[in-house]
Amino acid sequence: MKSSVIVFPGSNCDRDIAVALEKMQFKNQMVWHKETKLPKSDLIVIPGGFSYGDYLRSGAIAGKSLIINEVIKAANEGCLILGICNGFQILTETGLLQGVLLRNKKLKFINKDVNIKVINNQTKFSNKYKKDQILKINIAHNEGNYFTNPEHLQKLKNENLIAFKYCNTTGNTDEESNPNGSLENIAGIFNSKKNILGMMPHPERMIDNLVSNTDGVNLFSSLLN
Amino acid sequence: MKTITNKVIEQHGLKLEEYSTIKKLLKREPNLLELGIFSAMWNEHCSYKSSRKHLKNLPTKGKQVIQGPGENAGVIDIGDEDAIIFKIESHNHPSYIEPYQGAATGVGGILRDVFTMGARPIALLNSIHFGSPDHFKTRSLLNGVVSGIGGYGNCIGIPTVAGETKFNSTYNENILVNAMAIGHAKKNKIFYSRAKGLNKSVVYVGSKTGRDGIHGASMASAEFDDDSEEKKPTVQVGDPFTEKLLMEACLELMKDNSIISIQDMGAAGLTSSSVEMASKGELGIELNLDKVPCREENMTPYEMMLSESQERMLIILEDGKEKHAKKIFNKWDLDFVIIGKTTDTNKLTLKYNNKIEGEIPLDALASKAPIYDRKWVKKKLTKSKIDLKKLKKIKIEDALIKILSSANHSNKNWITSQYDQMVMCDTAQKSGADAAIIRIHKKEKAIAVSVDSSSNYCKSHPLTGGKQIVCENWRNLISVGAKPIAITNCLNFGNPEDPKIMGEFVECLAGIKESCEFLNYPVVSGNVSFYNGTNKKNISPTPVIGGVGLISKLKRSMNHQLKKNDSVLLLIGKTFGHLEQSIFLEEIHSIIEGQPPEINLINEKNNGESVLEIINKDLVNSVHDISSGGLIITLAEMSMGSNYGVKIDKPKKLTDLFKYFFGEDQGRYVLEIDRNNLEKVENILKNNNVFYENIGFTQKDYFEIQKELKIDIKELYKINNQWYNNY
Repeated sequence: MKSSVIVFPGSNCDRDIAVALEKMQFKNQMVWHKETKLPKSDLIVIPGGFSYGDYLRSGAIAGKSLIINEVIKAANEGCLILGICNGFQILTETGLLQGVLLRNKKLKFINKDVNIKVINNQTKFSNKYKKDQILKINIAHNEGNYFTNPEHLQKLKNENLIAFKYCNTTGNTDEESNPNGSLENIAGIFNSKKNILGMMPHPERMIDNLVSNTDGVNLFSSLLN
Repeated sequence: MKTITNKVIEQHGLKLEEYSTIKKLLKREPNLLELGIFSAMWNEHCSYKSSRKHLKNLPTKGKQVIQGPGENAGVIDIGDEDAIIFKIESHNHPSYIEPYQGAATGVGGILRDVFTMGARPIALLNSIHFGSPDHFKTRSLLNGVVSGIGGYGNCIGIPTVAGETKFNSTYNENILVNAMAIGHAKKNKIFYSRAKGLNKSVVYVGSKTGRDGIHGASMASAEFDDDSEEKKPTVQVGDPFTEKLLMEACLELMKDNSIISIQDMGAAGLTSSSVEMASKGELGIELNLDKVPCREENMTPYEMMLSESQERMLIILEDGKEKHAKKIFNKWDLDFVIIGKTTDTNKLTLKYNNKIEGEIPLDALASKAPIYDRKWVKKKLTKSKIDLKKLKKIKIEDALIKILSSANHSNKNWITSQYDQMVMCDTAQKSGADAAIIRIHKKEKAIAVSVDSSSNYCKSHPLTGGKQIVCENWRNLISVGAKPIAITNCLNFGNPEDPKIMGEFVECLAGIKESCEFLNYPVVSGNVSFYNGTNKKNISPTPVIGGVGLISKLKRSMNHQLKKNDSVLLLIGKTFGHLEQSIFLEEIHSIIEGQPPEINLINEKNNGESVLEIINKDLVNSVHDISSGGLIITLAEMSMGSNYGVKIDKPKKLTDLFKYFFGEDQGRYVLEIDRNNLEKVENILKNNNVFYENIGFTQKDYFEIQKELKIDIKELYKINNQWYNNY
């Protein structure tokens, strides 16, 4: 499977995701933001980081960059798109995913391992997970507080477009287990066609027991499936 | 042009006799630009004029050392062509005036020191000291500093993996913010600052020069007074986004042989970078200031030379590499301008509008800068008259809870969760352990890192305090299974013109030297920060040690969390029950008196090496060293966050339980050993002549001292996690 990782000035999880993709046997290429053409890819990843220094608003400038038009085109043609952390923020800025990521409720950057629950395992990104499986995944963000309008929220529920929710160790999606104030504990969502996933947690950080755990591995193996 | 009066000289932080020396060296009066340059190079921060004489005594060599002090950072050999480059630096004064930017630019500055040498930074650490929690400034300073450290490190994408945060009223009006950066490079791809060759292009890269931070280094070389707030304009403003671009651009250019030498513009900006490069290369340097990229209009040569705008570098390029280098910097949207060339004049020559605006022999700025042999006096040691029997009665359980819920001993999750500790995906052990562990990318080896200080010990007995911090740092690396390699130090002291303060410095340094020599633990880089004080009130001496050790196989690393039920707990090292200067007396009885515990370097080394042998032979489940708070705090830390607690017998010999459990005798560790490994471990300890005691065993759920206390470990964890959230 061929993958491309888009690199913006200020991306800083680009190497991490590339390492994960290569470890999982993807044929990966890095694509600089000033490029106007994408290499042929089955998967495009927009990595975490602080693209353009988070100036103006996180993801806002990257959402208007040269390469992003190509990403939108590819998305519309059905290419799989994964946006992690800042990548999720960029996807909402481009309109490929609806909703916004607001400042964390406590107004502080948060880095910790949190539990998330797999809500929809019937997608290209999640078919190797069990439904309601609880994963321990690292988060690291300032703006991860997902918000959207009531109509869209209803649509997310009706069409099973919520990918992951923050939960406690027993799978309860209560307020205490919500790290950033996100609407209904949402940690990641799909678009209607389910070829685009945006998520705040970092699956690429969870592929190696020597530094963390392997709860992120199945996201990549789902894609290869 | 402004005439140079005594007042102008004083404003530049120079003494009148220093001004006379300048005139002698120049054989004329300097102009204002030249005076500014002398002030930037001769201040304490850049010239080490009070400390140099004593720093010379530190051990800086060893077969593990590739580069000792004198470069941007120290370089050590960790085998297989890999080198680790690291340094710690203070940003105390700016952080007190403007905590967010002060701390952020502290991180930015130390990162540049490391990637300037060709290393990709792989970890950040910090040691931050605040005043008493009830002091009116502490809360906002804590918030600002933590956000600033996080803001910079998170954005640039280097994990902040370890640190220490302490509160003590000695820092009420002068906080300490020390930042340490660690990078990884290939041994044959290290870049130095020494210029080589005539007529080589001197290139300015990075951000534009603005009017921020002018005289920052001079500000950091004086005490604060009531008007410190007015010094805000001397604090630089950081932009981690630009630094990220600068870092990537420099590392990209470093892949081939384009660079002759490179130096970041840190303290004293363009002045110190150009002077250092040229003087180390025994060359001259000519700068055409019309070419300097400026952020603001009508900047004068004086402002350009003294600005401390961040995220800038000076590079001397090989002939013909200009185009290639420019392409890389343009790709990263950074300024790239040839602003001068190397010459054979041995002078710094500054041109502006086709006129020479200033010209100074380089040796006058560097090798002929003043060095002082300041007066110092030995610390008068005070005898403690503490009579333990006369202290108010308290239960062991209550004392334990009080310490675990205190500001200094509470869990620091509130701070560390604001730092990205995982980015780069090589952080194998995060903050909260004895030392953090960072894997060398795509290899099976790792490094362990820790920063440590003990200001109360150093205040009461500088020599022992100096010895102790090195040992404590060494012990922390041992505890995670690392072989300690070398250290960097940040020496935070008061006003060196006061013989008592100078004495603290000299004696602490002698202590550091003694331990480093004995443990073969050389100093490879460091920084001195004097004048930490306000209105003649100096801080307690606070040398901070940052150590790096090697773990040859990451899977054999160790941590302090108890792993199993019913394992045996061994206490390594002798317990005498030393309570003077202990956390127990400070927190429970508000007594800070007497002398710190003695350091026995022979036992320290022997105990540590034996523990490392036991770890390397895979015979131990968890290890924790015993430091402030004594045995009981060590045991509590091993239990909290684990599923297992301990069941400890009462001591057989030392009958005073407070001395036994809270005493801070040095060179000690607690080891959790499987029963079936016990014999092997005991044999190693006996063979190595290590004193040890079997003190109890692990059990599920409870922290227990027989016939004294029994607490649920979840409760203990809760107690330990309240302070920051309630502050």
